Amino acid sequence: MAAINPSGSAMVADPSAGRDVALAVSPANHLRRGLTAIVLLLALHMAWLIVANEAFQWHVVFNWLFDPSVMQGLMVTLGLTVVAMVLGTVIGLVLAICRLSGSRIASGFAGLYIWFFRGTPMLVQLIFWYNLATLFPEISITIPFGPTLIGWDTNMLITPLTAAIVGLALNEAAYMAEIIRAGLISVDPGQSEAAQAFGMTRQRALRRIIIPQAMRSIIPPTGNQLISMIKGTSLVSVIAMNDLLYSVQAIYNRTFEIIPLLMVAVVWYLFVTSILNVGQSYIEAYYARGDRRGEVRPATVPDAEPA
Amino acid sequence: MSASEKTSPAPVLVTARDVHKAYGDHEVLKGIDMDVRVGETVVILGPSGSGKSTFLRCINHLEAMQKGSILVGEEQVGYVWRNGTLYRATPSQIARQRRGIGMVFQQFNLYPHMTVLQNIVEAPVGVYGEKRGEAEAYAHMLLRRVGLSEKANAYPRQLSGGQQQRVAIARALAIRPRLMLFDEPTSALDPELVGEVLATMRDLAQSGLTMIVVTHEISFAREAADRVIFMDGGRIVEEGPPGQVLVNPSHPRTRAFLNRVI
Ligand SMILES: Nc1ncnc2c1ncn2[C@@H]1O[C@H](COP(=O)(O)OP(=O)(O)O)[C@@H](O)[C@H]1O
Ligand SMILES: [Mg+2]
Repeated sequence: MAAINPSGSAMVADPSAGRDVALAVSPANHLRRGLTAIVLLLALHMAWLIVANEAFQWHVVFNWLFDPSVMQGLMVTLGLTVVAMVLGTVIGLVLAICRLSGSRIASGFAGLYIWFFRGTPMLVQLIFWYNLATLFPEISITIPFGPTLIGWDTNMLITPLTAAIVGLALNEAAYMAEIIRAGLISVDPGQSEAAQAFGMTRQRALRRIIIPQAMRSIIPPTGNQLISMIKGTSLVSVIAMNDLLYSVQAIYNRTFEIIPLLMVAVVWYLFVTSILNVGQSYIEAYYARGDRRGEVRPATVPDAEPA
Repeated sequence: MSASEKTSPAPVLVTARDVHKAYGDHEVLKGIDMDVRVGETVVILGPSGSGKSTFLRCINHLEAMQKGSILVGEEQVGYVWRNGTLYRATPSQIARQRRGIGMVFQQFNLYPHMTVLQNIVEAPVGVYGEKRGEAEAYAHMLLRRVGLSEKANAYPRQLSGGQQQRVAIARALAIRPRLMLFDEPTSALDPELVGEVLATMRDLAQSGLTMIVVTHEISFAREAADRVIFMDGGRIVEEGPPGQVLVNPSHPRTRAFLNRVI
């Protein structure tokens, strides 16, 4: 362009004339536009098929959506998820540290635990915990091969609630252990070396240096686990725990409105998982701090100075 | 202030005697003896794999050695001497013993999730219980000293390699060490960034800090070292003032090494 030619005289054959990238436009992509239109149309049609379908009985869905027993079930599901996830993560962290420790006994125990709980179906584990009383009628704290210090009747301890919490948490711990272990070993070994050289104990190095960096790779699969867990809690309905699924089942056993009541459960499960997805992206952004390159954006193309 | 300029020699800070270290069957250190006096800057040269890093890491017990002893002042990091018996130290005792020893790594090893300031005050505040305000004031002073006062709130990844290594030096100084260990501090840097780090280290050497520096930078050894030690195959082959070891080495392996790196 002649205007930015420093000499001021328009050159006849300037090969860069008009080639300023600031002037570039995107080519029209007809294929892409066509595909987008088709996909949108299909999606709208699907939505219409579901909304307009009498069999879904949307008025029944809305009737029950905020029913007190459904809300109660939702709270149980959320509560179970939170408690089981927190316990599972704490136990999983301990297992991961055991696995990575130099101690052969600790890492062997953790390995055995993970092998067992990942290798057996959740449903079987839940029923097993629920029926613990038939295996161990009494649970007690004893000195090994010595006297009993304190004991409880298993039937008193194991209610649907405790069986559900224990079952979900112990199973979750096995998966979280592997996720956390993978996260911990993804951190550069130079980090724990520096932490050690600066006088940190192993616990402090884990808490301040290693775990915050491991979070980058721990969070995404953990979000996955949490969402599986919310849906996984529906398994506890088999041991008569009144969660969300159990409460809609209780209703449709009376009213026979099976599909609309399952839709009530579906709506709530989707609602909760959507909120979790949003939360997860915020947490990921937090742990990505320090990973962004400079706050300084690449400079925009400066205006051409008048010659 | 090099030790040789003084009339009465400064007291000895580091005493290494007959240090042996093996990984399995592979003997890496085959009996190292070394004395470093207070205020001295000792540069360790030697080919790759000769055990230089391993020796540095034995000093602050990042590696456990199998035989011999290293004393830093009256402290033997990793061990406690009580009533004529040498006990292995507990992890928290070891943590406390490391207080006097700062270390600078080849790969910087700054904490990437913390800002420069947080990196520097982490050990003084979190480990050694200094007041945050005082530690931060000292950190700002150190950042001025390494020429990075305006970078206190940057994250390590926003800095160049040379700047990161200078932050790492400030971080090591923040624990007010009486001994600084440098393990090839400029080997991971682009050539044009080496100078700024070496300049910082020269300042430290002149300020009277006791330093043990593993490096391949012969120019640094020539200008800043009080003594140069040449290691090869897990042994000290030759040592002396830089003017002697670098200019007129007596051992053929030193000569061969210097011919390769210069
Ligand atoms: N953790 C380790 N396990 C096994 N061998 C090692 C380990 N660290 C270092 N070595 C070996 O010890 C020798 C000396 O290593 P090092 O002290 O790093 O040498 P330098 O720093 O002089 O290059 C090398 O042969 C290296 O392979
Ligand atoms: Mg090395």
